[in-house]
Amino acid sequence: MSAPLLEFDAVTVQFGGLKAVSDLTLGIADRELVGLIGPNGAGKTTVFNLISGVYTPTAGSMRYQGKPLKASRPSKIAGFGIARTFQNIRLFKSLSVFDNVRCACNLHLRHGISHALVRGGAFWKEEGEIEREAMKLLDIFELGEKRDEPCGSLSYGDQRRLEIVRALATRPRLLLLDEPAAGMNPTEKANLMTLIRFVHDEFQLAILLVEHDMKVVMGICQRIVVLDYGQKIAEGTPTEVRANPKVIEAYLGKEVS
Amino acid sequence: MDPSAYFFQQLANGVSLGVIYALIALGYTMVYGVLRFINFAHGDVFMVGSFAAFYFSRWLTPAMGDAHYLLRGTVVLVASMACCALLGVIIEFLAYRPLRSRPRLVVLITAIGVSLLLEYTAQLLFGATPRSFPELIPHENWVNFGGVVITNKQVIVLAITVLLLIGLRLIVMKTKVGLAMRALSLNPTAAALMGVNNNAIIALTFAIGSGLAAAAGVFFGILYPKIDPFMGVIPGIKAFVAAVLGGIGNIPGAALGGILIGVVETLVVGYSSVLGFSAGYRDAVAFVILILILLFRPSGLLGKVEREKV
Amino acid sequence: MRRYPQIALVIGLVASAVVSFFSDAIDGYALNILILVGINIILAVSLNLVNGHTGQFSLGHAGFMAVGAYVSSSLSLFASEPILKLLGGSGPVANNVFFIFLLIAGGVAAAICGLLVGIPSLRLKGDYLAIVTLGFGEIIRVVFQNTESVGGARGLGGIPQFTTLFWTFAIAIVTIYVIGCMVNSTYGRGFLAVRDDELAAEAMGINTLRYKVVAFVLGAFFAGIAGGLYAHYIQFITPEGFNFLKSIDIVVMVILGGMGSTVGVTVAAIGLTYANELLRDAEQYRMIIFALLLIVLMILRPQGLIGDLKWLRKRKKKTA
Repeated sequence: MSAPLLEFDAVTVQFGGLKAVSDLTLGIADRELVGLIGPNGAGKTTVFNLISGVYTPTAGSMRYQGKPLKASRPSKIAGFGIARTFQNIRLFKSLSVFDNVRCACNLHLRHGISHALVRGGAFWKEEGEIEREAMKLLDIFELGEKRDEPCGSLSYGDQRRLEIVRALATRPRLLLLDEPAAGMNPTEKANLMTLIRFVHDEFQLAILLVEHDMKVVMGICQRIVVLDYGQKIAEGTPTEVRANPKVIEAYLGKEVS
Repeated sequence: MDPSAYFFQQLANGVSLGVIYALIALGYTMVYGVLRFINFAHGDVFMVGSFAAFYFSRWLTPAMGDAHYLLRGTVVLVASMACCALLGVIIEFLAYRPLRSRPRLVVLITAIGVSLLLEYTAQLLFGATPRSFPELIPHENWVNFGGVVITNKQVIVLAITVLLLIGLRLIVMKTKVGLAMRALSLNPTAAALMGVNNNAIIALTFAIGSGLAAAAGVFFGILYPKIDPFMGVIPGIKAFVAAVLGGIGNIPGAALGGILIGVVETLVVGYSSVLGFSAGYRDAVAFVILILILLFRPSGLLGKVEREKV
Repeated sequence: MRRYPQIALVIGLVASAVVSFFSDAIDGYALNILILVGINIILAVSLNLVNGHTGQFSLGHAGFMAVGAYVSSSLSLFASEPILKLLGGSGPVANNVFFIFLLIAGGVAAAICGLLVGIPSLRLKGDYLAIVTLGFGEIIRVVFQNTESVGGARGLGGIPQFTTLFWTFAIAIVTIYVIGCMVNSTYGRGFLAVRDDELAAEAMGINTLRYKVVAFVLGAFFAGIAGGLYAHYIQFITPEGFNFLKSIDIVVMVILGGMGSTVGVTVAAIGLTYANELLRDAEQYRMIIFALLLIVLMILRPQGLIGDLKWLRKRKKKTA
C-alpha cells in the first residue's frame, strides 16, 4: 500500500463535555475510494469539518501528503487539493450554474484585480481557459445546457451534481462527498453510483464518501471505515464490514447480534 | 480637590451614568436572547421614554402639584414605562413580526427604518431644539464628604434601578413567564412544542425591555436635564456595547456591562487631561471598548461561545 | 459592449465632457443637483460593492467620505503652493492635475482607513459588523471634531471650488466602470460567493476575509474621492455633516436600488438625490417618508425597488 495521502493520528475533537471524535486513527491512500459510515451522530461530518479546516483537533494530528494538515483558514486547505461537498447543499444561490463552477476556479487564477480592470489579452485568455474548463466539467455531468440558469431552479439531483462539479473545478486530489445520495430516489442513486465511479476513474483522485445508504456505500467503496459515538469500531472491505458484529450492533442494537 | 476624593466622585458619577446604560442594555440583551436580533431602534425608545416623562410631568402638575415629589415622580415613571412598553409591543408586532423568518439583514434594515421613524417623528412633534427636563426631584446633596458630592437624584435613581433589576431577576428566574423566556432563548422550536406561546413571550420581552429603556430615559432626564429627539442614538450604541461586553443574551451581564462602561467613560473623561487628550473623545471610549471586546473576547465577560453547525 | 466595456467608458467620458461644455447653459439650481447626483452615485456604487455584492453590511461609509474630504481639503488649503510649483505653476492644466492629485490623495487616505477598520471588523458578521462600522464612522467624526487644525466642530471653510460637472460625472462613470468590471469577472464572482455562502466559498478556495477587505478598501477609496469632490464643491465641511445619518442616507440608496445591482443603485442614487431636493420644503417629513418606505419595502419587497435578488426574498426555515 502506497504512503497515505491523508492520515489521522489519534485525533480527538472535544466541544465542552462532548467528544465528537475520539482517538481516531485512519488513512486514505492516493486514489482510494473510501466510505465512512456510522449511525447518526457518529462524527462523520465532524471528520469532514476537521479535514476541510472548519474544526481543529483538540488532540492528535492530521497529515496530508506527509506534511501536517494545518492551515490558517479553510480556503488554504482547498489550495492543498482537498475539495468537498456539503450535507445540506451549499450552492451559491444568487449565481447561475456556470458561475457556481466559475467561482471554484478562483483558486487557480493567475490574474487578479488589475487584469479585470484593464481587460487586456491576458485577461481574456485566462477567462477563456476557465470557461472551457468549466463547460467541459458541466458537460460531463450533463449540466452544460443549463449553464445560465439560476442554480436554485435545478432539480435536487442536479443541484447535488452541480456541487460535485463545483468541487471538481478546484482540481482536487482528495474529494470529500458528504451524503451525496441524500434525498435521491433509487434511479438517481444508481446514476450517482455510476457518476462517482466515473469521477474516481476519470479524475484519478481519492474520494472519501460519507453516506447512509448501504447499497451505495457497499456498491462502490474499496474500503469502509465505521464510526460510532466518535470512535472507529471497524475497518475493512465491504464484505468484511458487513459481517462485522460490532457494526451490526451499532446499527441495530445488542439484541439482534 | 484631594485625588482620592476626585476618584470617588468620578466613580459615583460613573455609576449614575452606568445604571442608565445598564437599563437600556437589558432591553438589547433580552431581545437578542429571544430573537437573535439587535433591535437597532431600542435607543430611540429610551428617547421616547424621556419625552413621555416630560409631557406626563407637565400634564400631571395641575392634578398633583402639591403631592410629595416621590409620589409624583413614581407616577410619571410608571406612566412612561407603560407608554414605552406599549410602544415596544406595537413596533414588534408591526415591523419585526412579519419578518420573523427572513434573513437577518432584512430585519436589520427594518430596525434602522423604525429608528429613523422614531427620531424624525419626534423631531416633527417636539422640535429639534433640546428641551429642559422638568425637575422631578428637587435638588439636594445627600452626601457631602471630603469634597465628594452625591445628590439625592443619584441615590434615588440608583435605588430604583436596583429595585427594577431585582424585579427583573425575580420575573426571569421565579415565574412561569420567565421560564418561558429562558426556554425560548435556548430553543424556540422546542419551547413552542412544549406549549410556550412564542409570540406572546416575545411581545412581553419587548414590553419589559422597552419599559426599562423608558425608565432609563426618565433617569437620564433627571440627571442630565437636556433632552432632544436624537438623544437616543449615542447612548443606544453605548448600551449595545455594554450588552456585548457583558455577553449578549446574558441579563446580569448587561447590567454589569452598563455599569462598567459608565464608570470607564467617566473615568477616562475625568482624567483626560492626565491621559493627554481632549474630553471631546468621550463618545469614542465605548467604541474602543467594543472593538477590543470583539477582537479579544467576542462572547463577552459572562457570555458563552456559540458554534455554527455545518 | 460586454467584451469591451472600455468603449462604454470612453463614450461616457466623452459624453460628460460634452455636457459640461454646455454647463453654462444649465441653470445654477439644476447644476447643483447634477453635481450632487454624481457624488451620490459614487457613494452608492462604492458602498454597493461592500453591502450589496459582498454582503457585508457597513454603516460607516460617511466616515471614509469624511477622511477624503478633510485630507483633500487640507492639502488644497495648506499645501497648494509647493505642489503647484512642482506641477509647473498654476495654469488650467496644472490646476486640474492638482485637483486629481487631491482627490486621489483623499481616496488613498480613506482606503488606508478602510484597511485599518476592515481588517479587525470584517471578521464579524451581520449585526455586529453593522454596529462596529457605525462605531468607526463615529470615531472618525469625533476625531475630526476634536482636531482644531482642521477647524474642529466649527468646520473647515474657504475650500477652493475645483469640482466641475465634468469631473463629477467622469469620476462617477469611472467608478461604475471599475466596480462593474471587477464584479463581472471570475475574480469578481468571488465577492458574490462570499455573500451567498461564506463556508462554501472558503471550501472552494476563496479567501473570504481577503475578498471582504478588498471590497471594503475599494469602497472606502471611492468614498474618499466622493468626499474630496464634495468638499471642493460646497467649500465648507463640518464633522457633523459626515455623521451616521449621512451613512444611513447612502445605505438607503443601496437598499432601494437593490443590493448588488450596480444599475439599480445608480438609478436609486439619482432618484433619491432628486427626491431630497423636491422634498426640501417638506424637510420635516422627508426622513419620515423614507423611514416608512424602508420599513414597508423590507416587508413587501426586500430586493429593492429596482434590483432583483432572490436571495433576500427567500424565507429561512421557520424556527419559531
